[in-house]
Amino acid sequence: MNMFRLAASAALALAATAVSAQQTVKIGFITSYSGLNGNLGPYMERAVRLYLKQHEKDLGGVKVELLTRDDTGPNPDKARQLAQELVVRDKVNLLAGVIFTPNAMAMAPIATEAKVPFVIMNAGTAVITTRSPYMVRTSFTLWQSSYPLGQWASKKYKTAYSLVSDFGPGHDSEEGFSKAFEEGGGKMLGKVRVPLQNPDWAAYMQRVKDAKPDVLMVFIPAGKTATAVMKNFSDLGLGQAGIKLIGPGDVTTDEELPNMGDVALGVLTVHHYSAGATRPQNKAFVAAWKKEYGQNETPNFVAVGAYDGAAIIVDAIKALKGNMDPDKTMEFFKTWKNPNSPRGPISIDPETRDIVQNEYLREVKRVGGQLANVELETVATALKDPWKEFQKKK
Amino acid sequence: MSGYSADTRIRWTEWLPWVAAGLFFFLMPEYLSLGARILIFILFALSLDLILGYAGIVTLGHSAFFGLGAYTAGILSARLGVNDAFLQLAAAAGMSALLGMLTGAVILRTRALTLLMLTLAITAILLEIANKWSTMTGGADGLSGVQVSPLLGLFKFDLFGRTAFLYCLIVLFAAWWVVRRIIYSPYGAMLTGIRDNAARMHAIGAPVYWRLVMIYTVSATMAGVAGALLTQVNQFVGLNVLGLEPSGDILVMLILGGVGRLYGAFVGPVVYIVVQDTLAKQYPEYWYFGIGVLLIFVVLFARGGILGIFDKLRDKWLSHSRPKSSARASAR
Amino acid sequence: MLSSVVSVAFHGVAYGMILYVISVGLSVTMGLMGFINLAHGVFAMAGGFVLSSFMARFGVPFPLAVLSAFVLVALGSVVLERLLYSRLYGAGELTQVLFSIGLILVSMASARLIFGDQAARVLLPDYLRGQLHMMGRDFPTYRVFIIFFSLGIILLLWFGVERTRWGAMVRAAVDHRAMAQSVGINTRLLFMATFALGSGLAGLGGALGADILPVQWAYPFEHLVYFLIVVAVGGLGSLRGPFIAALLIGVADTACKYWVPEFGAFLVYAATIGILLWRPMGLFGVRA
Repeated sequence: MNMFRLAASAALALAATAVSAQQTVKIGFITSYSGLNGNLGPYMERAVRLYLKQHEKDLGGVKVELLTRDDTGPNPDKARQLAQELVVRDKVNLLAGVIFTPNAMAMAPIATEAKVPFVIMNAGTAVITTRSPYMVRTSFTLWQSSYPLGQWASKKYKTAYSLVSDFGPGHDSEEGFSKAFEEGGGKMLGKVRVPLQNPDWAAYMQRVKDAKPDVLMVFIPAGKTATAVMKNFSDLGLGQAGIKLIGPGDVTTDEELPNMGDVALGVLTVHHYSAGATRPQNKAFVAAWKKEYGQNETPNFVAVGAYDGAAIIVDAIKALKGNMDPDKTMEFFKTWKNPNSPRGPISIDPETRDIVQNEYLREVKRVGGQLANVELETVATALKDPWKEFQKKK
Repeated sequence: MSGYSADTRIRWTEWLPWVAAGLFFFLMPEYLSLGARILIFILFALSLDLILGYAGIVTLGHSAFFGLGAYTAGILSARLGVNDAFLQLAAAAGMSALLGMLTGAVILRTRALTLLMLTLAITAILLEIANKWSTMTGGADGLSGVQVSPLLGLFKFDLFGRTAFLYCLIVLFAAWWVVRRIIYSPYGAMLTGIRDNAARMHAIGAPVYWRLVMIYTVSATMAGVAGALLTQVNQFVGLNVLGLEPSGDILVMLILGGVGRLYGAFVGPVVYIVVQDTLAKQYPEYWYFGIGVLLIFVVLFARGGILGIFDKLRDKWLSHSRPKSSARASAR
Repeated sequence: MLSSVVSVAFHGVAYGMILYVISVGLSVTMGLMGFINLAHGVFAMAGGFVLSSFMARFGVPFPLAVLSAFVLVALGSVVLERLLYSRLYGAGELTQVLFSIGLILVSMASARLIFGDQAARVLLPDYLRGQLHMMGRDFPTYRVFIIFFSLGIILLLWFGVERTRWGAMVRAAVDHRAMAQSVGINTRLLFMATFALGSGLAGLGGALGADILPVQWAYPFEHLVYFLIVVAVGGLGSLRGPFIAALLIGVADTACKYWVPEFGAFLVYAATIGILLWRPMGLFGVRA
């Protein structure tokens, strides 16, 4: 029986291959493997490869070729040159990836001019997707997490202080949070922007401590900076002083939790994804990740953005049977929905080509001896990027 | 080491880079965006060679001029709507020249580590300004919306990078011609004199300091032009044009090719960028290991950079076959 | 106001101490051997990784792990010195710059391969965590420890250089190498020992500071500028200079972030330029 089914499906696959004449869809995948935050690129690639591996069989014989390129960090001219080459020389059907906002912005004109759909799998500054009609984003915007965070915080706390990294996503996070917090009747005691590469955090933490807010909202790019912030928060005793640490999920990003140790316990964040989420789709995703890359490895929000990015691409290939006409692809992207993402139901807003998703309030707790972001409640359902909504009203 | 020489005619070998560039244009049309990038860094390296190779000024801050040029061209277009390529180039050159002259006048009295740190601090400050003044520069998100009108009203910057490549090539050729004129002039000879023994040049009455400021300004101008080219080709400026990293990169490229020999600035960027590009496709997470090994190898076995290897080979060959002419070769 | 001045001074001094312990070796190697060693941060990174892997993998207690960081990095640096650095003494600053950048790249890639992408995990023992309450303000225990520990190291170092025979030889060699050599000082051995000590101290500083400056494969490049500033502002070949410079930078940086955070790192660079123009040899430089 088993043998028969295997043979049958093999025959079917062969037939399909013959029909589509060995079609190949090429994806130009640009991300950061080296340089500042070069640790995030591998998460992205692993997620895409994992999804492709899981769903290769559904493609009806269309082959997917992933051409990976390293943009070496926030290096827009390099990213643009790579994109240009991928389009001109390798004739890719799609561009994808990108950790950093400036790189995505520099690549936007290429996508427009060459009419190559461009799936942004991380870079989270709100404005990015307005730069080209061929862009679609499967990750998040900072407004999406920071705005509901501000709304939620304004109900519980009176005064807040914000501490963000001094770059696009940081500014978005600061604005989103303080707008919502002040609309809810809260008072911002201060806002500080910190250089991206900042060695010692004590001065900033002391400043916050002396201002005595109820909550401190922190956004820094996920990674070792998050750990440094967390340790300084604890070293300087801000917690004992009665200040609560909150933020978008970057500050308690899943893969850094073990490095932070107990100081992270009790930190509240709002984010679209947590590796500790208990919905079955996520459990399956995390299990598949561990099976593929080792028991000690954990996917994070960068991985899930890329995983869903691969999903939107695979679904488009299926729908268009491998004929990736750019405009038809974009039409497909605009109406794409996925009720079963590891982060819950998601879709693309046809108007802005940006992700629509739920935001969850989470708390760092000890689960089975390990720290995890435990989802407490859904603070926003099917949330569009608030920044773009406000722009429309203006 | 090249320097003042009675024989300033262009040797046939000096045409080789230009022939190579021409062949590249026709034979590898799919690599032109990489090609344009290489040309820009050759120009940048050439500007560094003028001060490092010929005047002995060691700097870790040459990106200050490169970045200022890049931002000048970008801001002119994105904020002020000036989209003419040559106006952008001229403005970038002017701003960088001004900065070169001002900072040069202040810092060129120092030497060695102090000079190194002063140049580094200057580019770091510019980086801070570019980051903070985001209404003008776009801050860390970069400056988008840069446009360049078709050159001479005819040639549009196309997706294949044809126009960009030829445009960069022409600018580089002009710069090469200027540099060549300078290093083979009495002024160039004075510079190498300063590099080799500043005290002696003082002693014979040469205005050492002003000569250095002058060449520093020329070099800054060229670096600014290179930066403007980068902006025009990419229609984007990011913070990565300023600070330690681009300064270090260009220094490495130049020393790799060979310092103070004009064509080292051609060979270094080609080798560095091609090796980087190739390695990064194979091993995106570890490519810099290969570059590191290459650098250490050059240091241990080829002090004069890549061109130094050729010199040694030629000298060896010449001393075998025509012992008499080796004197001329080593004198150069 | 007054109490915030105390806090700023405190945090600045703690930060400055780490900078000093890491950078002092660089000042000595540059002053003594004239070697522009941009790769000095590699040793600090190595120290951080030794500390974290000894603690996490082999359960070595914190004090012993810090000591191992010093010893292992010093030993490792001797190997490097013999194999590579010693070939380049007197090779010209460009060659040295190129070499040390090459070394940085190789060690960054190696560190990434061995230790992965995450920062070294440093879990301090309980007795070094928490705050000490003094003069109406809280002071993080670990930073108090860093200040006193570093002071101890510094006093030891000064005693060594000012009062011992080895120190006299080092000072002689810094002042006039050829003369030192001609009176029979074995400069080769002296260089090696000094290099090992300087690198070991960097390793120690990297390990001690790992809780504040997270150690990850990109470390040698990230903090390079600060190490260089300390050395250049302090002056080459001096012990006192970099100490003052490190404290100055630590405090200035902290003060700037505390009171005028919108200036970012601007003030530190401006101060560097100002000081170097005022005293091109650095504050206490023996040679430029």
